[in-house]
Amino acid sequence: MKPRVGQRRRPRSARAPWLIGPLAALAVAYIAVPFVALLQRAPWTNLGEAVRQPVVTDALRLSLVTAFAATGFSLLVGIPLAWVLARTRFPGRSATRALITLPMVLPPVVGGAALLFAFGRQGMLGGPVATATGFLLPFSVWGVVAANTFVAMPFLVVTVEAGLRAADARYEDAAATLGASRGMIFWRVTVPHAAPSIIAGAVLCWARALGEFGATVTFAGNLQGRTQTMPLAVFLALETDREAAIALSLVLIAVSLAVLLPLRDRWLGT
Amino acid sequence: MLSAVIEVAVGNLRLEVDLEVDEGEVVALLGPNGAGKTTALRAIAGLRPIDDGRIELDGCVLDHPATATFVATSRRPIGVVFQDYLLFPRLSALDNVAFGLRARGRPRADARAEAQRWLDRLGLADVAGARPRSLSGGQAQRVALARALATDPRLLLLDEPLAALDAGTRLWVRTELRRHLATFDGARLLVTHDPVDALVLADRLVILEDGRITQTGVPAEVTARPASRYAAQLVGINLLHGVAAGERTVRLGTGTELTVADPLPGPEVAIALRPQAIALHRHRPDGSPRNSWAATVSEVEADRDRVRVTLAGPVPATAEITPAAVAELDLVAGTPVWASVKAVDLTTYQR
Repeated sequence: MKPRVGQRRRPRSARAPWLIGPLAALAVAYIAVPFVALLQRAPWTNLGEAVRQPVVTDALRLSLVTAFAATGFSLLVGIPLAWVLARTRFPGRSATRALITLPMVLPPVVGGAALLFAFGRQGMLGGPVATATGFLLPFSVWGVVAANTFVAMPFLVVTVEAGLRAADARYEDAAATLGASRGMIFWRVTVPHAAPSIIAGAVLCWARALGEFGATVTFAGNLQGRTQTMPLAVFLALETDREAAIALSLVLIAVSLAVLLPLRDRWLGT
Repeated sequence: MLSAVIEVAVGNLRLEVDLEVDEGEVVALLGPNGAGKTTALRAIAGLRPIDDGRIELDGCVLDHPATATFVATSRRPIGVVFQDYLLFPRLSALDNVAFGLRARGRPRADARAEAQRWLDRLGLADVAGARPRSLSGGQAQRVALARALATDPRLLLLDEPLAALDAGTRLWVRTELRRHLATFDGARLLVTHDPVDALVLADRLVILEDGRITQTGVPAEVTARPASRYAAQLVGINLLHGVAAGERTVRLGTGTELTVADPLPGPEVAIALRPQAIALHRHRPDGSPRNSWAATVSEVEADRDRVRVTLAGPVPATAEITPAAVAELDLVAGTPVWASVKAVDLTTYQR
């Protein structure tokens, strides 16, 4: 036998235990088959015409605008909340964290109903506001943004909080010894260090907002051009116009991929 | 200058120390891991409010719970060099140094020009644009030092400034650090668990064990009369004085010459020699150790599983060897032996 020293051992992938391989293959197939079915039914010849219909373009524009608006609003208030949860101690912190994650596990329809009781015409806050100013949140574009934010913001908060916890807080100490104010420490040290988690959280938040259905249809309704987002349009089109439904679905898939692919290195690991 | 009475409880440790550092003085807070050294440093920097006591710098009270006085870290004229340096990873070396100046409202161009001057002064002109990740340990330490000094502090705190370095670069960086520390005229407080760092860098030692100061004094005092077991281990560090007799040769007062591994830092040098580094032989050794001398055993003292052998002769020193070696060499007071030490085990510094 020759000595093995100096021989290059080929990196060998692990051999799967019994049944693991087939089960993993089943998982992939289960996700892949519906996409294949969808693509197979796609009206490729008149797809261009299908996606130019007003019902599609209106819904796409509305979905993008509201998803980005909800993400923006979530960043604005969600990052500060994540910081407070990660860096401070106060009575009720655990309760606050439980409350903020509630929309993640709640059926969105229930969220929509709750929003209605809070901000609807007869709602706890919506009523007085409507009486005083005439402004009504439900059944408006703002209603869609509100529903999206309610459902999607927790994803951002949870992700950024985890990122802040994992970050080395001693860098903030170092900045303080250099004379940095709290604001400067937050913007120049904390936020840059948490940037990967902020981006990941924003993507999750945006994706959740883009797919929002239950809370939106309950709170904001289903008015084309005003509150009818892509998921609502797909659902409606399935009843009336299958080709339009497929075209809408393809557009949603394309938009999702366009956002996720450039970020996959940061977010998905490899 | 700095006058700190610190009482603070961290976990199971209750820290109670009374520290004074004068202007222009380098004090080393020396103690084993977990003694509360870093906690004391954090309290002085304002990163950990004290439970009781009083911290005063240059006549300004920084922390005094009794009168509810607490000056925020960012408003204390204190520079800190942290353990593993904590350079901001997304900023260049230059912007790291400029950070403190920007925090004080200096315009960007002005702050960067000033930062560049600091880098030049510390021999870092070449790495101004480099990110911390691409710096060597010694360079990162100097950037951290420049960053701390650029804000013109009255007190400089250094937390284990050499612990992040490997043994090879440590020797040289320690000498460099000593030179750079000498150019700063404020008070300097160094935290370390390494007696060689403390002896090389500090004018005065404060020994901290289990949250209490067990001894304080100039190195010679502490090594001459150790007050605790821990301090007794420091005694073991042999301190030799000599003059340069060549680029890498030191002539001791007894006329014996020792060869060291690195170029000498100046004409008058001190040498730190760990007792564990001295090997004892029955006959004149041949081979690699270039430094060997004939000596006479003057005392043999067992200390747990080690034996301390005091040597008289051209190099007055204490060696620490195993009981097995003592038996093999048949060592008793009066035995003639040969002692040898490798050049790399001799740490030299300017006297």
